[in-house]
Amino acid sequence: MAIPDIAINDSITDVEATRAPRRFLRAVLGNRKAMVGAVILLVMAFLAAFPGLVAPDDPQAAVYAQNAGPSSAHLLGTTQLGQDVFSQLIWSTRLTLIVTLIVTAIATFLSTIIGVTSAYVGGVTDRVLTVFIDVFLILPVLPLLILLAAYLPPGVTSLVVVLCITSWAFQARQLRSQGLSIRNRDFLVAARARGERGIYIILVEIVPTMTSLIAASFLSLAVYVVGFAASLQFLGLGNTSELMWGTMLYNAQQASALEAGNAWWALGPGFAVALLGAGFALLNYAFDEIGNPALRPVRRRRGRSSA
Amino acid sequence: MRYLARRGGLFLITLWAALTVNFVIPRVMPGNEASAVLATFKGVNPAALHALQIEFGTAHESLLASYFHYLGNCLTGQFGVTADGVPVMSEITSKLPWTLGLVGVTTVIAFVIGTFAGMASAWWRGSRLDTILPPTLFIVSSVPVFFVGLLLIYVFAVRLNWLPLGSNYSYGATPTLSLSFIWDVLKHAILPGLSLVIVTAGLWVYSMRNNMITTISEDYVKTARAKGLPSRQIMLGYAGRNAILPNLTGFAMQLGYVLGGAIVIEYLFSYPGLGYLFYTATTDHDLPLMQGLFLVYTLAVLICVLIADLVTAVLDPRTRDA
Repeated sequence: MAIPDIAINDSITDVEATRAPRRFLRAVLGNRKAMVGAVILLVMAFLAAFPGLVAPDDPQAAVYAQNAGPSSAHLLGTTQLGQDVFSQLIWSTRLTLIVTLIVTAIATFLSTIIGVTSAYVGGVTDRVLTVFIDVFLILPVLPLLILLAAYLPPGVTSLVVVLCITSWAFQARQLRSQGLSIRNRDFLVAARARGERGIYIILVEIVPTMTSLIAASFLSLAVYVVGFAASLQFLGLGNTSELMWGTMLYNAQQASALEAGNAWWALGPGFAVALLGAGFALLNYAFDEIGNPALRPVRRRRGRSSA
Repeated sequence: MRYLARRGGLFLITLWAALTVNFVIPRVMPGNEASAVLATFKGVNPAALHALQIEFGTAHESLLASYFHYLGNCLTGQFGVTADGVPVMSEITSKLPWTLGLVGVTTVIAFVIGTFAGMASAWWRGSRLDTILPPTLFIVSSVPVFFVGLLLIYVFAVRLNWLPLGSNYSYGATPTLSLSFIWDVLKHAILPGLSLVIVTAGLWVYSMRNNMITTISEDYVKTARAKGLPSRQIMLGYAGRNAILPNLTGFAMQLGYVLGGAIVIEYLFSYPGLGYLFYTATTDHDLPLMQGLFLVYTLAVLICVLIADLVTAVLDPRTRDA
C-alpha cells in the first residue's frame, strides 16, 4: 500500500530497511575507504578478543628494565615502571573497544527514543523535548564531562555513565527531523487507525524505517566517543589501573615520556585512538552512500524504485 | 522577531540548566568525594567552608532555600573562593586572556581555511582538489586533538628542537610590550594553536561545500553568469557569500567542541589558560573553581550562539519570519 509513496519519495523507507544489511555489505565492498575502515575495526576486534596471541607478555607486570627504548624484546620499549609498552597497547584494545561500543549503543538508543518520540508525539511534548535537546547541544561537552567525572569514583562505570549523559543530543536532533518527514506517511496513518499504542508505533513502525540513519549516527557517534573517552582519561579522570589507551596516555604524560626519549609510550596509544576513530569515520562513508540518495548512481536507484 | 525571542528563551533556559547542574552535582556526589573537597578547604577561610557545607547539604538549610540562595549568589556575581583563598572570578579573569587569544585566533584561522576549502571544492566540483581536500580534512578532524599535539611536540620540540615545549612564555621572562617578548609568546603559541587549527579546520568544510553546491544552482548565480561577471566575483560575492550564512550558526555551535579541544591542548602544553586551570581544579578537588569554569565555558558558547543568531537575522531576512 505504501509502495507507490516510497517510489516517489526519498530513500529511507520500510522496504529499504529489509535490504539495508545486504546493501551495506555491497557498499563496503565497493568502497575503498569503507573497506579500510572495516579492516581496521576487524583487526581491533581480533586484538580485543585474543590479545595474548599477539602480545604474550603480561601487560601489568613491572619486571623489565625501566624506561628502555624499543628493542626486539620490547617492540615499543618499556614504561617508567618497567612494563612492556607493546603489551599494554594490545591489551588495552579490549576495554577501549568495549567502553566505546557500550556507550555508543546506549547513546544511540537514547537519541533514537528521544528524537523519534519528539517528532511523532508532537505538540507540547515536541517543544519541551526540542528545548531539552538544544540545551544539551549547547552545553560544552568536555567541560560538562570533566565536571561530572571529577566527582564520580574513577573507573569504567563512571566513564560510561558520563559519556552516555552527554553524547546523545546531536543524533537526537537529526533523528527528530527524519521522524518529522515521515510522520504523516500512509503506513503510520494506518497504524494509528488500527488503534496501535504510541510506543508500538514508534518502536515497530517508525524505528525500522530509519535503520540506515540510525546506523550512520551510531558510527559518527562512535568517533566522538573514542575521542572523548581518551581525552577524559588523558586528563587524569580515569582509573589508571584499568588498561585503556587513554590511561596509558595519562601515565605517559605524567612521566614526560616524549621528553624522556620514550616516545612510543605516548605516541602508540595516541596513534591507536586515532586509528580507531578513523576506522569508524571511514566506515561512515559507506553509510553516507546508503542514507544520501544524491551520492548514489542514478540508474541503480531508478531500477530499484520500479521493482 | 519571533525567531530572536525564541533563541533568547533558549539562551536563558540553557544558562539556568548550567547553573542547576552546578547546584545538583555537589549534592549527588558520593560522600568521600565531598569530604575530599571539604578537606581541601579546611583552614582557607571559614566563610568559604560554610558556603561549601551548605552546598553539600551538611549545614542546615532546606534544599529549595539553598537553591534560590545559590541562584541569587550567581546572579550577583558571587562564585565563592578557590582552595587557595582567591575569588573564583579573579582567578578565571587572570587566565582568560591566554585562552581567548589561543582559541579566538585559531578558530578564526580554522574557519577561514575550512570555509575557503569547502567553497573551492564546490566551485571546482569533481576536480582533483574536490576529491582529495574535503575527505582528508574530514578524516583529520576525527583524529583526537591530543594525538596531533603529541606528534607536533615530538617532531618540532623534541626531535628538531625548533619550538619551545610548554607554558606561555619563557621561564623568567618579564611581560612587556617589547618585540622580543611578543615573539616569545608567539613561539610558545604556535604548536598548541597549530594542533587546534589542524583538528578544527575540517569541521566547516563539508557544510560549506554542501551549501555552496546549493547556491551555485540558484537563479541569481545564473544571472550573474549571464551578465558576464568575472568568475571569481561570482564565486566569492554571489555563491560563496550566500553559502556562508548557515555556516555561521554551525561556527557558534562548534565552539563548545573547540573549547573542549583547547582544554586538552592546554593541559598537554602546560599552557596556563582556563583549560589548564580546569585540569588543576580537578586534581585539587577545587569545587567552586570547577563550577565557575563550567559556567564561563557555557556562557562563552551561549554568547557566540546569540551573536551568530543576531548576525544571521540581520543578514538573512528569511529567518526573521521563520
